[in-house]
Amino acid sequence: MLGIIASIVDGVLIGSVYGLAAMGLTLIWGVMNVVNLTHGAAIVAGMFALYLLTSALDLPPYAVLPLILLGGFLVGVGLYWIAVHRMIGQPPLMFLLSTFSVNLVVIGLATAVWGTGLFNVPVSLPGVTWQRYTFPGTHLLAAALTAVIAGLLYLFLYHTRLGKAVRAVADNREAAELSGIPTTRVLSLAFGLGVALAAAAGMLIATMFPFTVLAGDAYQLKSFVVTALGGLGNPAGALVGGVALGLVEGFAAQFMPVSWTLVIEFVLFVLVLIIFPRGVFAFTRS
Amino acid sequence: MKSEKTGAIDRDRASPMLYRPFFWIIALAVAAFAVVPLIGDNVQLRESLLLAAVYITLASNLNIMLGYAGYINFGSIVFFGLGGYISVYLVSAHAWPLAAAELAAGVAVSLLALVFGLGILRLRGAFFALATIGINQGVQAFVSNFEPWGGSAGLYLSTQIFEPLGGAMRSLWVIYFLLVAVMGLSLYLSYAIKTSKFGLGLIAIGQNEDAAVVLGVPAPLYKALAYSLSAFLPALAGGLYFFKSAFIQPSDAFDLSLSTEAMVIVMLGGRGTVTGAAVGAYLYEELRGWLLTSETFSNFQLVVSGVLLLIIVLFVPGGLMGWIYGRWPRMKQVLE
Amino acid sequence: MSALRLLAAAAMFFAAPAFAEEDTLTIGMTLSQTGPLNVDSVAQQRGAELWRDQVNEAGGLKVGDKRYKLRYVTYDDQSQGGRVQQLYTRLIVQDKAQFLFSPYSSGLCATAAVITEQYGRLMLITGGAEPKTYTLGNKYLVQVITSADHYLSGAIGALQSKSAHAKVAFVYSDDPFSKAVTVAAREQAKESGFSIVLDESYAPATTDFSPIINKIVTASADALLGGGHYTDGATLARQIYDQKANLKYVALLVAPDSPEFASLGEAAFGIAVPSQWEIQATYKPEFGPTGAEFVKAFQDKFKIAPDYHAASGYQGGIILQHAIEQAGSIDADKVVAALNAMDVTTFFGHYKIATDAGHHGLQTAHEMVLAQWQKKNGQLEREVVWPKSAQTADILYPLH
Repeated sequence: MLGIIASIVDGVLIGSVYGLAAMGLTLIWGVMNVVNLTHGAAIVAGMFALYLLTSALDLPPYAVLPLILLGGFLVGVGLYWIAVHRMIGQPPLMFLLSTFSVNLVVIGLATAVWGTGLFNVPVSLPGVTWQRYTFPGTHLLAAALTAVIAGLLYLFLYHTRLGKAVRAVADNREAAELSGIPTTRVLSLAFGLGVALAAAAGMLIATMFPFTVLAGDAYQLKSFVVTALGGLGNPAGALVGGVALGLVEGFAAQFMPVSWTLVIEFVLFVLVLIIFPRGVFAFTRS
Repeated sequence: MKSEKTGAIDRDRASPMLYRPFFWIIALAVAAFAVVPLIGDNVQLRESLLLAAVYITLASNLNIMLGYAGYINFGSIVFFGLGGYISVYLVSAHAWPLAAAELAAGVAVSLLALVFGLGILRLRGAFFALATIGINQGVQAFVSNFEPWGGSAGLYLSTQIFEPLGGAMRSLWVIYFLLVAVMGLSLYLSYAIKTSKFGLGLIAIGQNEDAAVVLGVPAPLYKALAYSLSAFLPALAGGLYFFKSAFIQPSDAFDLSLSTEAMVIVMLGGRGTVTGAAVGAYLYEELRGWLLTSETFSNFQLVVSGVLLLIIVLFVPGGLMGWIYGRWPRMKQVLE
Repeated sequence: MSALRLLAAAAMFFAAPAFAEEDTLTIGMTLSQTGPLNVDSVAQQRGAELWRDQVNEAGGLKVGDKRYKLRYVTYDDQSQGGRVQQLYTRLIVQDKAQFLFSPYSSGLCATAAVITEQYGRLMLITGGAEPKTYTLGNKYLVQVITSADHYLSGAIGALQSKSAHAKVAFVYSDDPFSKAVTVAAREQAKESGFSIVLDESYAPATTDFSPIINKIVTASADALLGGGHYTDGATLARQIYDQKANLKYVALLVAPDSPEFASLGEAAFGIAVPSQWEIQATYKPEFGPTGAEFVKAFQDKFKIAPDYHAASGYQGGIILQHAIEQAGSIDADKVVAALNAMDVTTFFGHYKIATDAGHHGLQTAHEMVLAQWQKKNGQLEREVVWPKSAQTADILYPLH
């Protein structure tokens, strides 16, 4: 019984970070109506940024979070103006394939530079012990930071003019355009935010587990599962979806060999896509 | 996208396939594959042509969904992998003869594709694409846990399995010829669909699904049929390929990067064209073979695939054949 | 006169390449320059390279009256089975390799073996312990390392000497090698009177072990046996430490034998590893270098200490060399016959293979030792703790 509770708690902690990763994806999807398949590359970029900053500059791991958020944002905005902008009007098939190919190139280059070996960022934090189970400090802090970032995002989207503009564009781009909102600037902002969130999630994951260049694709897939659960364009739904996924993983792991949880995850994914195309937790689009 | 499709609609559908030059072009290509490596017992050539045949098979069948119906199947490799597993399992655990195991694999995978298809084909665009990834990863995760199929470690075939075919060396040739036959069938299937009413319906779905439905195309049925058909020959190819390897494991059988390469090939050659898939596959395989052993570039295949795809999507969406048809429109009457 | 000189020069020109080819022995292999098997594979490769360089420096491999220069052709298999088959085919058909060394890891060895058997080439297996490969009917496979079913017998024996009824958790990677090890170890554990409280495999690419570690804690296990290869083993060790699983005894496969394992710091302390060979081993070789000579040569060349992968790579070389010298020929059948007949001791330990059709190539004489990370003068070092006859330090038990 205790073991089940411990696993559920740990699942929720890790799941919240999945939610953070998915928030970036779902934001871009909702605002620009496109699936961003470079999401995985952004996550890995965050992981490597942590690794490089802590090893080369010897900075304490969590101190680089604001740097990564900022860096991710700038890179995202830059990427938007360089590449994404001209793809906006294209049929979704082409957009899917072009972001997919950019992802291939980035991951391919990263593989050529860093190989496919495992990288580890040693972070030692005292954990919290309950009964005989220990919750690693890294998991706890990652979940806490996720909550902070999510809170900041909420404040931005609902209590600033720019945030409201983002929601307006997500809701109806033509109407927003007509009411004088500079939509292309908003789109670039949203893309930047999406990349920043993905990179931040990558950084937090790297504080918890070792990673390889190819880890991005695995977490990108999890982000899609979470987005399917939470509904498109719904950051709050993404967070809830992430927690839900973590919960399922933790709970399921107690009753079957841990390796079966992946099967459950994908079955869930396909089922959710078929049965709930708007997401299980699809609150009304706000 | 438009050029090759309107080309098909303009075509005179009256003359039967046997009289069309393209039918014989395919036959010539298949014959070349079969005969050339035999000259001088050129094993090295046979090995690289075998891979080319596999790629051509995967690309031609992917073309049915991606090229005609416009549905991106990121996870098309699942058919190849499942075909491989069913075939290898029947031969190793139940001592079935190869031919029977192959047929069983092909039929089983097509049926499974039909079932999956009925579920996910109501999804559009990105959702469908993601669902196909979900299916591939889900099947891989399942097979990795499935002990009768060896789990993550996979299945091995003893060297004795080559005896009924006349020993190891001879078997390699036999399997090669069978794969060339599967490749030929894939090209013919792709061609036959394209020049049929069924194909016309698929292409209409690819251009505008809602309009097609309004015009009376039975979209759900056609999509399900296309998905199921596009699974059969890759399953056979998988069965042959993994039989030859005498070994199959989930990470090789369900390798998403192979689906990706098939997709790059279809786009490279020209989406919706039969020749494109074949020529693109051959060119890509040559490139890949070179990358495989090049010291500096052995890790670059992902980058190369990505760059190729990006260039095609951004600048040459019609691919190689699209470019050729643009320069020499009369080629459309000969090639597909 | 000048015409004669021209003719002589021409003759030399045409004769020279043929002469050089005859005097070169080509050995092919793949190594995992990238991918999860990288660390162990590179170590194995280095051992093989040391052998090649020593032989060439001594004037080449002696075969009857001739001397052959050793030439390697290597490709990167990226830790993938599909590539291994394509590359070994290329090595045989295009690069005309006369002998092959195996890749690293049982899975890749098994796939390579299919090709080498199809083309009838001899392959020395230095990096694959799984025994199933040898039951599939082969003529040209030769294994130089202990097979998987004996891997954990030392660990189990050592545990039994300290705790007769320990509660054991098997947590292992889902790959051919680790599975083969666990199948045998389970039986041995039961026979030793242990109770198996957890028995689970994980996907080799797993990075999040917290659910499994929670299960280990729930099961109140005393001992953990398992792991896989370097990447997952190191990660598991680190997370066991972070999550304070507080086990009394931990024996992991492969990973703790790499010098890199020490970089885990405190997390490495107390972890035991079944080893094919340790620097402290004191076998008296019938040919080839002693253990100390091998270590010195390796350290001089590569500036790091060798682990058992490097030693096995080197062993493959000296065993092949001895067989070729015994056979007096490089003909595959003659060399295999020599390998089948050999029963020798080298710095690495004993060598003798099974020769019946049902198990041809399986190594039957080589033995494992158990090593454990302990602290010597505050520094982490590996000591041999089992069998008692070979130990350099007592086993540390319990760890918590």
